[in-house]
Amino acid sequence: MSSATIDSTSTALRDNAGVAEALGRSYSAGFVTEIEMTGLPPGLDEETIRALSAIKREPEWMTEWRLKAYRHWLTMPQPDWAKLKMDAIDYQAISYYAAPKKAPKSLDEVDPALLETYEKLGVPLHERAALAGVAVDAVFDSVSVGTTFRKQLAEAGVIFCSMSEAIREHPELVQQYLGSVVPTGDNFFAALNSAVFSDGSFVFIPKGVRCPMELSTYFRINAQNTGQFERTLIVAEEGAHVSYLEGCTAPKRDENQLHAAVVELVALERAQIKYSTVQNWYPGDENGVGGIYNLVTKRGDCRGDDSKISWTQVETGSAITWKYPSVVLRGDRSVGEFHSVALTHHYQQADTGTKMIHIGKDTKSKIVSKGISAGKSNNSYRGLVKVEKGAERARNYTQCDSLLIGKRCGAHTFPYMEVKNPTAIVEHEATTSKISDDQMFYCRSRGIGEEDAVSMIVDGFCKQVFRELPMEFAVEAKKLLEVSLEGAVG
Amino acid sequence: MLKIENLHARVAGKEILKGLSLSVNAGEVHAIMGPNGAGKSTLGNVLSGRDGYEVTSGSVTYNGVDLLALEPEARAAAGVFLAFQYPVEIPGVNNTYFLRAALNAQRKVRGEKELDSMQFLKLVREKLKVMQISDELLHRAVNEGFSGGEKKRNEIFQMALLEPKLAILDETDSGLDIDALKQVAQGVNALRSPERSFLVITHYQRLLDYIEPDFVHVLAGGRIVESGDKTLALKLEEHGYAWVREHGEPAGATA
Repeated sequence: MSSATIDSTSTALRDNAGVAEALGRSYSAGFVTEIEMTGLPPGLDEETIRALSAIKREPEWMTEWRLKAYRHWLTMPQPDWAKLKMDAIDYQAISYYAAPKKAPKSLDEVDPALLETYEKLGVPLHERAALAGVAVDAVFDSVSVGTTFRKQLAEAGVIFCSMSEAIREHPELVQQYLGSVVPTGDNFFAALNSAVFSDGSFVFIPKGVRCPMELSTYFRINAQNTGQFERTLIVAEEGAHVSYLEGCTAPKRDENQLHAAVVELVALERAQIKYSTVQNWYPGDENGVGGIYNLVTKRGDCRGDDSKISWTQVETGSAITWKYPSVVLRGDRSVGEFHSVALTHHYQQADTGTKMIHIGKDTKSKIVSKGISAGKSNNSYRGLVKVEKGAERARNYTQCDSLLIGKRCGAHTFPYMEVKNPTAIVEHEATTSKISDDQMFYCRSRGIGEEDAVSMIVDGFCKQVFRELPMEFAVEAKKLLEVSLEGAVG
Repeated sequence: MLKIENLHARVAGKEILKGLSLSVNAGEVHAIMGPNGAGKSTLGNVLSGRDGYEVTSGSVTYNGVDLLALEPEARAAAGVFLAFQYPVEIPGVNNTYFLRAALNAQRKVRGEKELDSMQFLKLVREKLKVMQISDELLHRAVNEGFSGGEKKRNEIFQMALLEPKLAILDETDSGLDIDALKQVAQGVNALRSPERSFLVITHYQRLLDYIEPDFVHVLAGGRIVESGDKTLALKLEEHGYAWVREHGEPAGATA
């Protein structure tokens, strides 16, 4: 066994004269929706969990599952190994359930204020106005407020609904798969999520079915002093294919808000799951006040032979991001991929990366991580490649690139490798660069202005990852980066 | 079109240009020669507006405008082009995309209509013929993985496409073998016109065998110390820069 921990530390490189650090950033999703809400008062104990479970009309087994997770959580310390500076979270000050008062029975009954909210965010819920070929589940604070294109999906045999509904309508599937990838006691935040999760999306693609459209969930935090604890479960049976995308935004608020999600993916034999994230939670202001704490556990299980799971993420938001979408390569010849762009600006902090666990023979994984730091932000890549004893001929390729804009930001790389099989080949490449004076002057001397030059250089840097996103979201991601970098150069 | 008067400039606190004066009329080709450290590249960088080059006195007037007051991108839009001695790599940014962004940014400033991709492609095809470079270079990222010769040819291709009024070639011949040198020179010659002026900065005379200058200036110690026609370049080649430094008779004459 060989093990390596490398910290190619704090490359707080010298500034370029041409890349000054004037700041200012527009966050267009920062508005608040005025709507009558109902919910639980702040505080967390067994009664809170029983109350939450009762509101959601859950069966007894679900309540017990939650309580077991809660009791486990009480025994766990909050992890502090990430390279993040974070104020202590007062779990008793958070409300664990907030929902619009009027519960809609179908899309037609959704409160107009909510429809308008999603419209403003560019996610129209009216099916006639919706993006062609994309079904949306909209989660507002603690509940799903609507899911589009359900009929068309049902005809194909696909189940796409909120997690609450799945627990009531498809208990056998939920019981079989929930917690089978991320067990209740997996880690501190996963245990908390298991105890108090309120909603999220459930996707089931039966054997041999290629999902006829892109599925997506749009998460919105609106209420104050509320945590969002969503739980998403995607199961692709033998030979099934699905592409899923999530988007996230929240209003501008001065206090930090907690988002602790768990996402589980299960791919059976020959199944393929592609999971893309465009994360734009409120990042806090230019002085580091407010913003979302995004503490998320995402894991996929390539349970069957020849299955494939790929994660693609574009992370521009959140005050703090703590997130490692992982793949357990259990089936022989299974494939795991992770493509990531993480951008931090002002005082944002990101500690993000992936884990690839090779168990099956001839398994392959590929990691492409692009970190961009601007302002006074810190951006870390943390990745684990683990090859178990039986993983004959496992292959991993990791590419980890950092780009620095300005002189007060930091980029850090923490790659861990544990290889227990001598036939495995594990490759790691890492680069750190900055937008150089030379590149800026070259662009400007050809007539391209400063902001456009930075956008162009950053876009080129991220190209490998953008290629992996569904077309319309690649365009959105590119725009998001441009907005996020506004004011990064003077 | 270009009038440089008594130009003094500093780099990192050190004075490099010490009273340089030069006049260039439309359509003329001026060669600037000189030993290492004379201030040749500084001149190119000052004219195109690179950061870190501080002009302490003197003036540069370009078509009646104070050139030094303009940002680099504004100088480009006004028709100033610098062919880099060391062209810069921009990974992941497609060469064609870069060129179109540059051309359209310039056109926008000049109040001209921007070109769509079809119109641009047509223009590229025309220019490719003139420059004799393979269109394979256009599909790659800007200068990424280009050989030295490819980078320089790409510079000349950019020049052909952007159609500047004042082209500054900063040691475009350095690092080129004789075949690549000829190709680059052919490209430059094809672009010579009564409206377009060139400043050809070079250390060696050999480039001037292929690009015939109207005037040759010798830059030494931050000033033009000698001006003449193309025969001056040949004299330099024969006697070396030591002769200029001493401001004396050619060394061979007294031997």
